[in-house]
Amino acid sequence: MDWLQTLAVVLDSMVRLSIPLICAAMAGLWSEKAGVVDIGLEGKMLVAAFAAAVAAYASGSAWVGLGAGILASVALALLHGFAAITWRGNQIVSGVAVNMLAAGLSVVLGNAWYGQGGRTPSLEGAARFGELTLPFARWAREHVPVLGLFYDEVVSGHAAPAYLAILCVLATALMLKRTRFGLRIRAVGENPAAVDTAGISVAGLRYAAVAICGLLCGLGGTYLAVAQSAGFLPQMTAGRGFIALAAVIFANWRPWPALGACLLFGLLDAVAIRLQGVSLPGIGLVPVEAIQALPYLMTIILLAGFIGKATPPKASGIPYVKER
Amino acid sequence: MSAAPIDLPRWADTALVPLVSVAAALLVAGLVVIGIGENPLEATALLLRGALGSAEGIGFTLYYTTNFIFTGLAVAVAFHAGLFNIGGEGQATVAGIFAALACTALSAMPGFLSVAGFLAAPIAILAAAAGGAAYAFVPGWLQAKRGSHVVITTIMLNFVAATLIVYLLREVIGKVGSMQPETPDFPPQAVLAPMHQLLAPLGLKLPATPLNSAFLLALMALVAVWLLIWRTRLGYAIRTVGANPRAAAYAGISPAAVTMVAMAISGALAGGLAVNEALGVQHRLVLDFTAGYGFVGIAVALMGRGHPVGVGLAALLFGVLYQGGAELSFDKPTITRDMVVVIGGVLILFAGALDGLFRKLVALALGRGGPG
Repeated sequence: MDWLQTLAVVLDSMVRLSIPLICAAMAGLWSEKAGVVDIGLEGKMLVAAFAAAVAAYASGSAWVGLGAGILASVALALLHGFAAITWRGNQIVSGVAVNMLAAGLSVVLGNAWYGQGGRTPSLEGAARFGELTLPFARWAREHVPVLGLFYDEVVSGHAAPAYLAILCVLATALMLKRTRFGLRIRAVGENPAAVDTAGISVAGLRYAAVAICGLLCGLGGTYLAVAQSAGFLPQMTAGRGFIALAAVIFANWRPWPALGACLLFGLLDAVAIRLQGVSLPGIGLVPVEAIQALPYLMTIILLAGFIGKATPPKASGIPYVKER
Repeated sequence: MSAAPIDLPRWADTALVPLVSVAAALLVAGLVVIGIGENPLEATALLLRGALGSAEGIGFTLYYTTNFIFTGLAVAVAFHAGLFNIGGEGQATVAGIFAALACTALSAMPGFLSVAGFLAAPIAILAAAAGGAAYAFVPGWLQAKRGSHVVITTIMLNFVAATLIVYLLREVIGKVGSMQPETPDFPPQAVLAPMHQLLAPLGLKLPATPLNSAFLLALMALVAVWLLIWRTRLGYAIRTVGANPRAAAYAGISPAAVTMVAMAISGALAGGLAVNEALGVQHRLVLDFTAGYGFVGIAVALMGRGHPVGVGLAALLFGVLYQGGAELSFDKPTITRDMVVVIGGVLILFAGALDGLFRKLVALALGRGGPG
């Protein structure tokens, strides 16, 4: 049963590594479904991680950290909205600006406040999200063969934001597909003129989508700094916002496949960490970098139409101009 | 709010609007400085003294300027073709790898080096340009032939290049026995002359700085890009495709071909960053030598309105900020050089994404608000 234990540990680490990706991918989904391209997921997560770590350290409460992370991320999202929706600026340019602003500001402020080269002091106790043990986890591990082990190791034992993130996937899928609001969001990303003709505010819907995008990035960033790590490190998002973007494209802008893509990319990451410095028979030392580059390469190949086809929302990236 | 284009006189459009957005960005930076409890005027004085107050400071400033000229031009050339190349970091990384491979090959040919050593540096520079061009050609080709957007592909390729260089430096071209991820030193014939040695025969005594002859290359690149964009057939084709690809196709210009060529030129220019850093200063390939210069290049191109004169001035501004920022952080440890990244981000926002807002403000100030 040794390999089962190993599998369970790898899957557990897959879930942990996927959570920030899942949050950011759902965030990107909301924004892009409404027709606002967002390459600033990375920056919003980074700012959220920083704000969450600062607030959690100051207040001693991880939940206050979560609130601060979400606020900071939503503020940055609204800035993107202001440029992209109100002033019809180039959404890519605005996204790049958001990323640079986040990368610079978090280090400048962190260094000025704590003098540790941009790091925040490490969080302890209630300032960090602890691991939750789900009911019956310990019992199932001892009494239910195989499934009990996986329940305890993979499903149970994550921090509260991780379970919130999974709920967000469910909420995103249901809201986009089943609610009037979700229908309108999708419509404004496909044909804003039709939405406008129906007397519904295009800008209002897009701002709502962008704000939800900020909220979800806030959750992801907070998870990074206050649950996965015990504090903020400069550039700690390390490209996760872009991997999430890749997951959205990979999933063809659908929530459940996006969850699948995030789990897949998380699994690749977990395997890469596991295989660091391991020599396999026949292959030799595993080139971990090849595994790390896979999500990006797969996205490029998919986008080029070599495997399947990626179809973004029709109006994504195009500012809406009312006809007169 | 009006969607009609805002009419501005040419001088206001090309000079006043960028100046206003730069001023606003610096104002925001000043507010951040106040926010962390320092005096922005004192900080500005320290910054300017550090960047321009001594021959050494000016040398460092121009060395940073060289990087920004190359990355700014790379973004600008792609802009003229209507393309947004965010891949400068990745292209410069691959350019560095190509230059390192060329230098490794040259080191293995001591006979060639002793006979035709003067060719080594040009070969290394061309290898860098070829590497950058090839790595930018791929997204260009993918957009032209397969319909995948250049923005997403270049972002993804940045990360691929970042993992590639780690692998190569560790397993293939890294220095044996070194704990640092770096190549052995390049052959001395292949590296660029430092400026203080270059100008010594002219009787100019300059302090030793990283400034090297790549700066002259950058100045030549400014002129060459101006000639290319405004004085050649290809430049006309690039601008036409950028303005209206369908009209270009109607006029017999192939948007697909122009997309690929413009991306390749853009990538070759981004390779200049590797020339300055690897061939000019480090004399070997190190990890992370791109250090975000590629992204700041976007700010430089936007601020310079894609024109070589503007790019040159914007690059100089960022050179001053980088060098001055480094000096400033010695005197005031609370203000780190990441402040420059903040200013870059705000500038990209103001001069790029919020351009409409700033044009409107300038128009209002000039009394040309117009209806709506």
